[in-house]
Amino acid sequence: MTTKSMTSRTTSTDLDAPIRRRAATGTRATRILGGLTMAMMGWLVAFGLGFSPADRDQKEAVRIMYVHVPTVWLAYLAFTVTALCSGLYLFSKKHSLGFDRFAGASAEIGVVFMGLTLVTGMLWGKITWGVYWEWDARLTTTALLFVSYVGYLAVRGLGGNHHQRAKRSAVVGLLAVIEIPLVHWSVRMWRSLHQTATVLDTDGDIDMDGLMLFSLFVGLIAFTLLFVWLLLHRSRSMAMEDILDDHGLDRALDARRAEAAIS
Amino acid sequence: MMAILAMQHAGYILGSYAVTFAVIGGFAWRLLRHGRRLAEQVDDADKYWT
Repeated sequence: MTTKSMTSRTTSTDLDAPIRRRAATGTRATRILGGLTMAMMGWLVAFGLGFSPADRDQKEAVRIMYVHVPTVWLAYLAFTVTALCSGLYLFSKKHSLGFDRFAGASAEIGVVFMGLTLVTGMLWGKITWGVYWEWDARLTTTALLFVSYVGYLAVRGLGGNHHQRAKRSAVVGLLAVIEIPLVHWSVRMWRSLHQTATVLDTDGDIDMDGLMLFSLFVGLIAFTLLFVWLLLHRSRSMAMEDILDDHGLDRALDARRAEAAIS
Repeated sequence: MMAILAMQHAGYILGSYAVTFAVIGGFAWRLLRHGRRLAEQVDDADKYWT
């Protein structure tokens, strides 16, 4: 057989073979959500760096607020979802692992955004306070919250089956969320360098320019959409990790049974 | 663009945006790549979202 005929035969076989498509974590809905998120992020940059005015006191430094506040909002939201899903796993009759995967995925996202909150806060602090870090009540409790959820992820990584992982991490997830009110109210409970809440204040008065407030809300919406997109993708990856984990265990058990049958 | 670069503390302000979007982009890319790799080893029938 000549080289030419071999090549043509191979090509013919490849064309005849059915195309095996493997669906990844994306769907039409996540692609639309991803597009919307990207568009909102573009708006956030345009408003945050361009259209919104400089602040009377903080001048241009206020522009960091449009990324700093949405990152901390996303982290709080993620940790709350972790606690909610942990509670649903622990207290529901079915003890569905789907809740556990949502809790774990949400915590991972929360840790990334809490880390971003600390970094953007440090950059803002350098401009307004003259230092990157101060062991102030708000900064310290935020760092503690970050470390707590790193610990939550470490607990998820310990050995055991899926339900053992889910049970112990759900308990940690429910305990760690108690720190969020402590972080939020730390600026009122102790003397702090950090400013008190402007939007989520108890008196209900929002003392902020309209365009600045609009830019902030563009950021909050963009990051909320981003959270949903990331959560869907990560929870689907986690579901596949669990499936592969189960398959690996099944294969190992089959191998042991085969060995036992031979001997 | 020049106005943005010329503003006071531009390095810190642009740095905060750059770090934020670089981390988001990196995290999202890693997530999608990890998902694709796992998806090659799992049957579509086992994927509840398909």
